[in-house]
Amino acid sequence: MALDSKIPDGAIADKWTNYKDHINLVNPANKRNLDIIVVGTGLAGGSAAATLAELGYNVKAFCFQDSPRRAHSIAAQGGINAAKNYKGDGDSVYRLFYDTVKGGDYRARESNVHRLAEVSSNIIDQCVAQGVPLAREYGGLLDNRSFGGTLVSRTFYAQGQTGQQLLLGAYSAMNRQIGRGKIKMHNRHEMLELVIIDGKARGIIARNLITGEIERHSAHAVVIGSGGYGNVFFLSTNAMGSNATAAWKIHKKGAFFANPCYTQIHPTCIPVSGDHQSKLTLMSESLRNDGRIWVPAKLEDAKAIREGKKKATDLAEADRDYFLERRYPAFGNLVPRDVASRAAKERCDAGFGVNKTGEAVYLDFAAAIKRYGAEAAYVKSLDANDSALITKLGTEIVKSKYGNLFQMYYKIVDEDPYTSPMMIYPAVHYTMGGTWVDYNLMTTIPGCFSIGESNFSDHGANRLGASALMQGLADGYFVLPYTIGDYLAPDIKMGAISTDRPEFVEAENSVKELIANFMDNKGTHSVDYFHKKLGKIMWDKVGMARNEKGLNEAISEIAALREEFYKDVKVPGTDKGFNQELEKAIRVADFLELGELFAKDALHRNESCGGHFREEYQTEEGEALRDDENFAYVAAWEYKGKPSDAVLHKEALVYENIKLVQRSYK
Amino acid sequence: MKLTLKIWRQKNAQDKGAMVDYKIDGIEPDMSFLEMLDVFNEQQINTGGDPVAFDHDCREGICGMCSLFINGEAHGPDRGVTTCQLHMRMFKDGDTITIEPFRAAAFPVVKDLVVNRSAFDRIQHAGGFVSVNTSGNTIDANTIPVNKQDADAAFDAATCIGCGACVATCKNSSAMLFVAAKVSQYALLPQGQVEAVDRVLNMVKQMDDEGFGNCTNTGACEVECPKGISLENIARMNREYLSASMKG
Repeated sequence: MALDSKIPDGAIADKWTNYKDHINLVNPANKRNLDIIVVGTGLAGGSAAATLAELGYNVKAFCFQDSPRRAHSIAAQGGINAAKNYKGDGDSVYRLFYDTVKGGDYRARESNVHRLAEVSSNIIDQCVAQGVPLAREYGGLLDNRSFGGTLVSRTFYAQGQTGQQLLLGAYSAMNRQIGRGKIKMHNRHEMLELVIIDGKARGIIARNLITGEIERHSAHAVVIGSGGYGNVFFLSTNAMGSNATAAWKIHKKGAFFANPCYTQIHPTCIPVSGDHQSKLTLMSESLRNDGRIWVPAKLEDAKAIREGKKKATDLAEADRDYFLERRYPAFGNLVPRDVASRAAKERCDAGFGVNKTGEAVYLDFAAAIKRYGAEAAYVKSLDANDSALITKLGTEIVKSKYGNLFQMYYKIVDEDPYTSPMMIYPAVHYTMGGTWVDYNLMTTIPGCFSIGESNFSDHGANRLGASALMQGLADGYFVLPYTIGDYLAPDIKMGAISTDRPEFVEAENSVKELIANFMDNKGTHSVDYFHKKLGKIMWDKVGMARNEKGLNEAISEIAALREEFYKDVKVPGTDKGFNQELEKAIRVADFLELGELFAKDALHRNESCGGHFREEYQTEEGEALRDDENFAYVAAWEYKGKPSDAVLHKEALVYENIKLVQRSYK
Repeated sequence: MKLTLKIWRQKNAQDKGAMVDYKIDGIEPDMSFLEMLDVFNEQQINTGGDPVAFDHDCREGICGMCSLFINGEAHGPDRGVTTCQLHMRMFKDGDTITIEPFRAAAFPVVKDLVVNRSAFDRIQHAGGFVSVNTSGNTIDANTIPVNKQDADAAFDAATCIGCGACVATCKNSSAMLFVAAKVSQYALLPQGQVEAVDRVLNMVKQMDDEGFGNCTNTGACEVECPKGISLENIARMNREYLSASMKG
């Protein structure tokens, strides 16, 4: 099967407009005869469900949480980009487009990214109209801040809780439609199978997580907005329940899975503290606006700090190595996430780490506190030589900018980040790979769409900060509502789809069989036992740096672990009611397949790009070495029974508007 | 650390439920409370017991999924945190810890420590939104300036995570703090003023229909709120409600 990306003709700036002018439309009176299933209610799924319902379609929305408001988009901290140029610092749609393609190491699809940049301004207008309280300046206008990978201030924010506020905006839009009866909300439900009739997606099988009942739901189209698969690493910044099941089930039914090896490692997370750890906590990238990252310049100082004989504050300025500022003078602490993460790992691997395990660097606010304090003293005509006063004034300002993040750090680590620098280390955060979609956001299964983090299209091999929220809302509010109409136009006379069809019976039976196998298994180990083992293989061999040997080992180790899992997993309780262990078992089963494909994808991509770093392919200075001649394509995998048999399809990436150059942040 | 856990066990909504005592060992002070429960559950599974069901998801204090009434306090003894941010360093070796679900008639128990908080969603369906189309064809966001103090106050109200600690901790099981936070957010912003009258009347009616109790200004909700939502919001909602009642 050849991949057809369906990119419209014409100049890049006109594609989306021309596309919208020529697609098929569904008459408002006919929309009420069409049903759409939306799986996942985060920024992408939630905004899509609300908008589709408002257009007049009947929407059935599903989430595994007890309320759509709890989707993990809520945890995004720093902000959302939009090319509004409110600051007059030279921003434009083209620059946002350019930065995103460059930041993604030229592995994103140009047409999709340009569309994203075009609609980015609408997102801000939309959210403000919904009553989302974005940060304001004293004059009453919206405020901005800067983020990694860019030289303009285009990030809109709500303290360190931007994702929360944007999600609550989408949730409120959903509530309006739920109240009107246009969205039927299914909380605490998990999609476990896709139903395909005559080659088209026509429904899902879901499990009611409270009663354990297996339910059939039909629709004229199915939209997957179920987020990313970072939890394949066990430890990640994702919520505990974040899973790949919906995306993986459609993959097994024919949707190609693209670039699974593209994972973002976020540079500023709270380091791992021990074996019992259940997840990792991110500290917003916005902290890098004011925090300076460093390690001791001398090995003996690093050793003394690890042994508790010295403190960070004991080291004089000359004994500190601000390695990002040293290596990347132009962007300094604001280099993109992949660059910052690798630089931190490089220093720690060289022995300069500052916590007990040697896997942490400092993120230091002392200079910012001093700078802000001096400014405030000047404005208030106070004594600029009084260092205690300066510290007090500066601390207040830092608190107003990042207070909730500092509090979060304090609660977890039990150390005051206002007086001693934070310790941070990279962690698995966002997955840029996902189900392959064409320009319409449709997968290789007709009628099955994928939006937000669950698709692959917009971020390339690396995601810049504040671009995930942008893509989620762009897809849900402004892109899918057009493209899905074009697809559904021929279906207006079809009428409701019966769930008595044999395809539903068959899909339901396969789900029941899977569950029965788990319940009847007389194994000895818990689901977490296997999940942790998988996570360790993934982090050690498919993590921040990968090589051929490690990847080959990972592939066979994961396959063996999967076999052991099915033989030896123990799922207590019953499937006839609320059973969190059963929920986990079903999800981990999918991670055990996805992890292998992930490693296989990383193995075949003989280059380094963005979040994919192959040790064999690096420059003399240790930077990622891309190979545009051989790898400027999307790797889309077709399922053939097991991950090792997956077949590779290539979508060539054509850059007509941006010249491919070596990324440099120096 | 060695601990005694007294945990509420209840098979399902119909089951009567009871407190059950357990002993646990090997707990580290830097574990979060939920990680302690993970360790407990792992031991239960390995010894053929039934793991305890509890709600949790983001484990960084923002999704509002975790609940738990610990030693008689919503989200436990620490201030300004959710249960997932509570750490075992708040407890001592040899402590007995009582763990119960959030109790309120409007929050029926699903299993063990898990409760159903859908009543909060239904209050939102009744008016927790601005009736603006999601088409993106709205006015430029900077067309209506919003005073920074108002924007910040709206934000403070909007940070409510909907965890239900306010309800669980209130002797009347009142949802006033939760509803007031949402009403306040919109009342403080120019967006959505048009429907302000209907919003507060509808949301308060739904709150009453769900079976939440009345506010008697005890203030326990504010004390236990992990996000520091202030009682001022209740005062603001009361003003909004009074003025809406007179207009309505």
